[in-house]
Amino acid sequence: MIQALAFYLFAIVVCLSGALTILSRNPVHSVLWLILAFFNAAGLMVLAGAEFIAMLLVIVYVGAVAVLFLFVVMMLDIDFAELRSGVMKYAAVGLALAIALVAEIIIAIGAWSAGGLEMSRRAAPIASDVPNIEAIGRLLYTRYLFIFEGAGLVLLVAMIGAIVLTYRQRSDVRPQNVSHQINRRSKDATRNMNPGVGEGMQL
Amino acid sequence: MTSWFTGFLPYGWAWFIATIIDILVIALPLMLAVAMIIYADRKIWAAMALRRGPNVVGPFGLMQSFADGLKVFLQETIIPSSANKGLFLLAPIITFTVALIVWAVVPFQAGVALSNINVGLLYVLAASSLGVYGVILAGWSSNSKYPFYSAIRAAAQMVSYEVSIGFVLISVVLWSGTFNLGGIVEGQKAYYGFLNGHGFNPLLFPMWVVFLISSMAETQRAPFDLAEAESELVAGYQTEYSSMAFALFWLGEYANVILMCTLNATLFWGGYLPPIDWAPLYMVPGIIWLFAKILFFFFVFSWVRATVPRYRYDQLMRLGWKIFLPLSLFFVFLVSGFLMWTRVGVPA
Repeated sequence: MIQALAFYLFAIVVCLSGALTILSRNPVHSVLWLILAFFNAAGLMVLAGAEFIAMLLVIVYVGAVAVLFLFVVMMLDIDFAELRSGVMKYAAVGLALAIALVAEIIIAIGAWSAGGLEMSRRAAPIASDVPNIEAIGRLLYTRYLFIFEGAGLVLLVAMIGAIVLTYRQRSDVRPQNVSHQINRRSKDATRNMNPGVGEGMQL
Repeated sequence: MTSWFTGFLPYGWAWFIATIIDILVIALPLMLAVAMIIYADRKIWAAMALRRGPNVVGPFGLMQSFADGLKVFLQETIIPSSANKGLFLLAPIITFTVALIVWAVVPFQAGVALSNINVGLLYVLAASSLGVYGVILAGWSSNSKYPFYSAIRAAAQMVSYEVSIGFVLISVVLWSGTFNLGGIVEGQKAYYGFLNGHGFNPLLFPMWVVFLISSMAETQRAPFDLAEAESELVAGYQTEYSSMAFALFWLGEYANVILMCTLNATLFWGGYLPPIDWAPLYMVPGIIWLFAKILFFFFVFSWVRATVPRYRYDQLMRLGWKIFLPLSLFFVFLVSGFLMWTRVGVPA
């Protein structure tokens, strides 16, 4: 009973916050609703017995991606009126995209329920006594090792690309010289003087 | 406790009521601990500055925190007129709640934890990554300059140090072969001859040093309290808060500090195990050992706060990204390489 209650609670909140992500006027509120949606999706994952995926969803999406999102949106100065004025202009494109997506989902579900092409080649279901971290680990690091490494390489390339595109050497800034600062001792900065009366000091 | 309630209730309700009682059994003493640890913090700080510290309310000033609590409770909650009201009130609640929910997986004694889940450490990481939202939202919704600067500083700081904390946790997990916090503690038992604790392992000791410093940065304690640097930002993200909303930030902050001390004890110094694997020491209940270790680490936190000057922001970022990140990444390779070398073919 509790499972059903929790499922409907999480599911309703996911749907509502998903809708509110699009509908809310303030972009910061949108991001916050998105975070709530992620969070409740993680709850659904826990209910489905995929606790590892649920935790990753919270750590990666809520803890890192959405923080950066929020960061950027908070700093941007967005003109809401201008943003809203384009809605009707792009409504047709949006509608077409939505129809295409719905059609794809229906086709995918239909194909899946009709029995796949090579169902026998799918991985055997995990035994229920194996924690799903172990199950994922075994699959990922044995059977799909090269694909996994390939995915890592793609991410590395993307990261290097982003750095190369945005990095610029500026000559007009004076960066901190940290080793110089650390190596500075008090005797380099201060001197004990004993000036005579009325003579002043030569620094 | 569930079994006692099942005597006269269906299982679902029995579990529900038993869990709520368990939560209260953890959360209420935790609040008391937070009150006392604030007092301890002030006393330690005062002693190091050759002052007396709180000494008026109650014997030795022991009731100071409760007097402060009563004071803020009676204050008026002021909401700035230009603030985003809903988020302004939500932010301290998030900070406080997130500081409490992590305690669900902390093992207090062998097999005693509210929820003994097999992704315990990931849960801790997930919950602690949520903590940043309280700060960001407080800063943004205040609609005021200093809180906003503070929110941006805090967000960058917490995200930076979470990276190295993640790598440290990975090396601990590699060594123990489990994400379960109870399993990690049990794995430290007599693993190093007569010593209990990963901190005695020469490969993991440097990781503990990184973790200790990162946990200070993660909880925004001095010397990393850039987000509430009073010389630059008044009180940072708390500037516009008053009354209970302010108190919730305070309670959440200290609950987080105690949590980080607990994680230091649990992951590296044997948690509820005595430090030396010697039978008479096991006569002392595990929870006493855990508390002793928590208090020791809290003393270290206060000691650092009282003696180390505040970092500059670029130094903070440099420490996180240019020193801790490469160091912890290197140690992940070192630890996994060592484990591959010694344990190939041995089931974990």
